[in-house]
Amino acid sequence: MRRIKTLLTILVLLSTLLFNHAFASASKLEGAAPDFTLDSSSGENIRLSDHLGEVVMINFWASWCGPCRQEMPLLEDLYKKYQMMGFTLLGINVDEERENAESLLEQIPVSFPILFDPDSELSRLYKVKAMPTTILVDRDGQLRVLHKGYQPGFEDQYEADIKALIRE
Amino acid sequence: MQLPSLLIVIMMLLLQGCSIEPWVMPYERARLADPIMLMDPNPVSSSYLNHVYQARESARGAESGQGGGCGCN
Amino acid sequence: MVMGLLRQALGVKRHFALIALLLACLPLTAAILPEDRFDALYHYYSGGGVDISGPSLLFRKQVADPVSMSTHYYVDTISSASIDVVTQASPYNEERTEYGLNVDYLNGKSLLSMGYTTSSENDYVANTVNIGISQDFFGDLTNISLGFARGSDTVTRSTDNVFEEQVERRNYRLGLSQILSKNMTVALAFDLTSDEGFLNNPYRRYRYSTVVNGALTEDWNYEVYPGTRTSTALGMRGLYYLPYRAAIGLEVRQFSDTWGVNAQNWQVFYRHPTDTGWLFEVRYRQYSQNQASFYADLFNAPNAQNYMARDKELSTYSSQTFGVTASYGFNTGALSWIERGSVNLSWDYMQFDYANFRDASVDQNEYSVGNEPFYGFSAHIIQLYLSVWY
Repeated sequence: MRRIKTLLTILVLLSTLLFNHAFASASKLEGAAPDFTLDSSSGENIRLSDHLGEVVMINFWASWCGPCRQEMPLLEDLYKKYQMMGFTLLGINVDEERENAESLLEQIPVSFPILFDPDSELSRLYKVKAMPTTILVDRDGQLRVLHKGYQPGFEDQYEADIKALIRE
Repeated sequence: MQLPSLLIVIMMLLLQGCSIEPWVMPYERARLADPIMLMDPNPVSSSYLNHVYQARESARGAESGQGGGCGCN
Repeated sequence: MVMGLLRQALGVKRHFALIALLLACLPLTAAILPEDRFDALYHYYSGGGVDISGPSLLFRKQVADPVSMSTHYYVDTISSASIDVVTQASPYNEERTEYGLNVDYLNGKSLLSMGYTTSSENDYVANTVNIGISQDFFGDLTNISLGFARGSDTVTRSTDNVFEEQVERRNYRLGLSQILSKNMTVALAFDLTSDEGFLNNPYRRYRYSTVVNGALTEDWNYEVYPGTRTSTALGMRGLYYLPYRAAIGLEVRQFSDTWGVNAQNWQVFYRHPTDTGWLFEVRYRQYSQNQASFYADLFNAPNAQNYMARDKELSTYSSQTFGVTASYGFNTGALSWIERGSVNLSWDYMQFDYANFRDASVDQNEYSVGNEPFYGFSAHIIQLYLSVWY
């Protein structure tokens, strides 16, 4: 009786581990990127379609999201490196209160545009399923790559995607 | 609530797992991410208090802060 | 009743395997390892003639990409003149030391944990091994966890060198944590524990009434306990975020075991943060239980039953606890290797009122045997601790 219980417990643990597939870090997207206009940290409205002809990385983040905070300085590095080559990064903040985002930006300053989506309208439009979410749009305004979440090492994949899309 | 009913609830949740969509979107989780909403924000303190109770009460188990008990007298 | 509980336990094992198979078809999202942290706590308990204090340290660090390890150290320095000690022995001092090591391994959205804890004092050594698995799904809204622990204890008696007994313990735990809405989470836990061996305190005696020279008096014999005990506990905890930045929580638990003890407790708490970095928590807890079937404050004869106990922990009683905690959180600029930290001070006040355990330490001239007032005591619990995250 006791041995059966122990064996069953081990079986349960093993089967749960075996059924865990490797976490997919990126997936391909199709279709045109839905256009949007949002208020930005610089005070002006920023529109996605104004950036046609550039490779655009759209990053959804929030002040309360740990992996987002980890990712921000790395996104800033990517922006500074590839900005001159026709790349732009739009950081979409989903905090309900703008001041939470602004206080985080004081600690982690970035130079790429920050747009505010406090009512989550854009998050719903883009069907955001994880925090953070990073989407790459090519020069023709087509959706290309989706990254859900952030784990250390993702930034290398971002860089590879950006370089590939710039070269197209 | 007895154990069988608890397990039935869990299994029903799991059976729908293949098609269910989360009803709280990831960008709506600001409040849930607030430290005051943690189930066990101070594990060292809660395991100590649980130890104080367990040493003086008959009841044990199903406490909010997890961790092995010490099985003392 | 024992067979019923055992059948329940086997049923639980069957369901565990089924749950694991069903977990295969769920959508994948990432889970995360517990955060790196260091906690240093000083605890102090004083009440009922007992004073216990000591440190409790925890150190956790991510050592590899999917692996986090933690170690803990805990000491109880006890000086005891409790009601049992005063009536049956003499006050003593003792120290209990506990060490533990835990490893967490993250694989996709499963968190696998393994740990070992050892606790020793001059008359009790306890060793526990535990494993557990925790799984996130439904877009991280739900978490199911399973745990198993096995313990092996050695009980001795400092008053003689001959006495030595063993205790084997097994614990199964099932947990479910669910996000219900943007503002509310709930967690359920079910625990099944089974002990076998020498389950009572080797010093404690029961008392029985006897007539000596025509006068009613009392005498004491060592307790006799059953060799097994199986218990189940079902607990629920819910947290709700209020319309302003604060949270309230409710916790309830129901317990029953094969010794006839049924217990229930509930607790409410309120957490209030301020803009200046302070966090206050207020809590109130109530506990009540009924006695074990073989408990009596006074038996009418020696060996009146197969099993006899006079442990107040097995009597009918209720207790209330009121507590507050004040915490101050800080972000560190100068010490760059620390991300943030908090300093905390908490005070809890417990009150126990026994319904059928009498205070046998009172003057026997004033109260006849079996008519002593019921016992009750209160205790203060202070915790002062520092937590840092790095």
